[in-house]
Amino acid sequence: MAKGSDGEGGVRRRDLFKSAGAAAAASAFLNPLRAFGQEAGGGTGTPSVGPGPVEIALDVNGGERKLAVEPRRTLLDALRGDMDLTGAKRVCDRGTCGACTVWMNGKPVYSCMVLAVEAEGSEITTVEGLGTPDNMHAVQAAFVAEDALQCGFCTPGFVMSCAWAVKEHGTELTDETLRESVCGNLCRCGTYTHVVAAALSAARAAEGE
Amino acid sequence: MVPRKVTIQAGATGGPTKDITVEVHDLDATPWGADAKLTHVGRDLPRFDGPVKATGAARYTYDIFRPNMAYCRLVRSPHAHAVVTSVDVSAARRVPGVLDVLELMRTGGRITFAGKGVVAVCAETEEALDDGLHAIEIAYEVLPTAVTTEDAARAGAPRVDPKRANKVTTKRGVQKRGDAAKALAGAHKKVSGIFRTAVQTHSALEPHGCVVEPNGDGTFTVWASTQGTGSVRGGIAKALGLKPNEVRVISEHVGGGFGAKFGIDEWDRAAALFARKLDRPVKSMISRRAEHLVAGNRPDSIQDLSLGCDEKGNLTALAGTVLGTPGNGAGGANAANSRVYRIPNLDMTQSSVSTFTGRQRAFRAPGHPQGVFALEGAVDMLAHEMGADPLAFRLQNDPHPLRQAQWRLGAERIGWDAKRKVAPGAGAGPVQRGVGCGASVWRSSGRGKWVVNLEITREGSVTVSNAVQDIGTGTRTILAILVAEELGIAPGRVTVRIGDTASPAGPPSGGSTTAPSIGPAARGAGRRAKERLLELLVGEWEVASDAIRIENGVFTASGGKRATFDEACALIGPEGITVSGQRRRNYAGFHNETAGCQFAEVAVDTETGIIKVERVVAVHDAGRIIDPLTARSQVVGGVIQGISYALYEERQMDRNLGDMVNPTLDTYRILGIRDCPRIDALLTTMSSGFNNAGMMGLGEPTTVPTAAAVANAVFHATGVRMLTLPMTPRTVLAALRGAR
Repeated sequence: MAKGSDGEGGVRRRDLFKSAGAAAAASAFLNPLRAFGQEAGGGTGTPSVGPGPVEIALDVNGGERKLAVEPRRTLLDALRGDMDLTGAKRVCDRGTCGACTVWMNGKPVYSCMVLAVEAEGSEITTVEGLGTPDNMHAVQAAFVAEDALQCGFCTPGFVMSCAWAVKEHGTELTDETLRESVCGNLCRCGTYTHVVAAALSAARAAEGE
Repeated sequence: MVPRKVTIQAGATGGPTKDITVEVHDLDATPWGADAKLTHVGRDLPRFDGPVKATGAARYTYDIFRPNMAYCRLVRSPHAHAVVTSVDVSAARRVPGVLDVLELMRTGGRITFAGKGVVAVCAETEEALDDGLHAIEIAYEVLPTAVTTEDAARAGAPRVDPKRANKVTTKRGVQKRGDAAKALAGAHKKVSGIFRTAVQTHSALEPHGCVVEPNGDGTFTVWASTQGTGSVRGGIAKALGLKPNEVRVISEHVGGGFGAKFGIDEWDRAAALFARKLDRPVKSMISRRAEHLVAGNRPDSIQDLSLGCDEKGNLTALAGTVLGTPGNGAGGANAANSRVYRIPNLDMTQSSVSTFTGRQRAFRAPGHPQGVFALEGAVDMLAHEMGADPLAFRLQNDPHPLRQAQWRLGAERIGWDAKRKVAPGAGAGPVQRGVGCGASVWRSSGRGKWVVNLEITREGSVTVSNAVQDIGTGTRTILAILVAEELGIAPGRVTVRIGDTASPAGPPSGGSTTAPSIGPAARGAGRRAKERLLELLVGEWEVASDAIRIENGVFTASGGKRATFDEACALIGPEGITVSGQRRRNYAGFHNETAGCQFAEVAVDTETGIIKVERVVAVHDAGRIIDPLTARSQVVGGVIQGISYALYEERQMDRNLGDMVNPTLDTYRILGIRDCPRIDALLTTMSSGFNNAGMMGLGEPTTVPTAAAVANAVFHATGVRMLTLPMTPRTVLAALRGAR
């Protein structure tokens, strides 16, 4: 009797927890931001949580959001399904395409690779927090003006990566630096040249301010 | 109602034109000629949906979260060829949160591709769904498989359809004219080659899927990621035994389609059945892996071609065979390799070879990128044999008047003459550069008699509506531009309601026909509304309607009579003005094929085998361009997908297990931003004559010639002919080694 494949492939997040042993270890293992440079074993004092829903509070776009999530739920799914912030998209769900990009403490992360429970205590900024249709961030306005979007499904991710590059490099932003900053984002319609034009134009606009 | 005959100047602005006389339907607007002076049409306008897309406010189907919504997904076969011997769903039904289970296949059912759905599960949450899917127990009797075209074409290969051989040659696959064998035997020069292209998957970023919601009165609302709202309405209605008007389909934004999203699939049907049974909304979006496995692909090709010409360099004959796999279906794997050039003698036999893989679907210019890659490769080879400049050789054999002009335009832009002074492969150093070109061909003058509604209120609000979807091409925006042009108002004043079957039916987005199919209806509606406004002013001012002029949204007549658009609208009664515009049958056109050509410049690292495309010049025609900004995006997008096809994309199958080895976006590589070259998108705007706006389609032709141009540039750079796509470092190094 063969176990059915759900067509998803790969390891399930819940199984990953089990195989990693202690929840604390799993948490450290799964959190590249926190685990880097730390001892990825026990003794970190991280409390064990789950597998049932856990009450957490997230700092999203400058406001506190309280929710109950299973520890295996990603930040991406919590943003989309629990907070109705659907700008970040689920495309590859494995840290390849960047459509789920949000900022954690001002830096871009793939929200499909962060567990919601790990995001507690960090400042989360989503594309909705950057600007609104009536009051767009300079990068968002430049995306519209340069037509740096077609189907638009990758666009929120590109906007977050580009806005970070503009914030980080300002008027020093070059074509090459920009491309390096957003090379973790994929687009299928083929907007890349327009994305570069938009980001560089937003960076230049920043100079005029 | 008698049609009126009008003569218009069809053809390109500043290029070849001809006067054609067309019979225009009485209710239709007179077609704009190439010399028409227009205010909004032909000017860059940012797309209307830009702000919501750039801020994350746009709601795609995947973003629909309804109260009390449940989630559906399928357990899929990991085997390409197998018989289901048992299905046990009892453990899954006991998983907390699992609501229902639906068996899609019975015991004894035969599977002919990996990824076939066997059981559908519906659950309260995605986490419970995940647990439920893993609790399903299915046993299979695994059978021998054949997942590549060559394996399945072999004698004795397991048959996908037991009643017939895997290899099928349809009537359409056999093309003959003249005597190609004789012409080739007597040709002054002749070249032959076996060109190969890989299976490419659409890889739209938003997966296929839908949300189905019962409205409580027996009717249903469906949100779908689709290229055809009408096709989903029909499909869901059929699945539920309803009439189409009992199903409403909404598709406000679509995260890419490229040809793979028409109609409904088994996961949509399952969602509809669950929604009805559970009486709650159900969401069913497939996984990335399923996208690659079952939701469409472009067939591969093995094209064995011979091409000959006479001593003057005129092409005389093309002959050969083509094999390609449509997956587990039959037919639909032909390569369009005999169009573009004047070739008097032709003898092509194209066959499709069924394999145990997911079925092909229309993919941006079906048959064309692969066909043109081979044709243009052979043309390039023959030009080289003749010692001719490959561009001059093409100009000599190309019958399309507009493409003749485009070749020259593109050549000048890329600096063809100077760069081709270096002979193929004559460059020094490990990194060698070259330029190459390829032709595009497509036929997309639009079709159908679609209707657009237009409503104007006395407050001056203007709303245009149709069920057509905007899959990222800018349909929404061009409808507003066309209406605005007729009414003499700013396009921004026009509200466009599309992607909802509550409005009149709209064309499916296939064959690059959306714009030329729906645009003329919008212009027609604008004209009817303008006539109604003029009637009101005639009554108010007591002048003849032809005495009223409209300019920049202001109506004027002699005697100082003047009314702004808002002032004219104030004359409208409380009932408003509602008119519709209908597209009419195609009129006579300038040329029935759209023209295009592309030039690529590449750098080939002969030590690593890495090809870097450094620049592409793309020259395309799509009749009259309504919004050049979004049109250029289409061109750039087609080129980028074309480079991706040329260099990276390949569905890799495990020949023994029958499963796809690279069904993820990290293993199925597509072009990224760091490998994206400078792209010059040049549009030769023209009036096609086919419809009142002179429009033609653009989406597909833009991706047709890219791979050919890149491969021909690689030949110029290295002197080595690449016959296989994708041109990976491995195949490039092998070709370079073989040439030494």
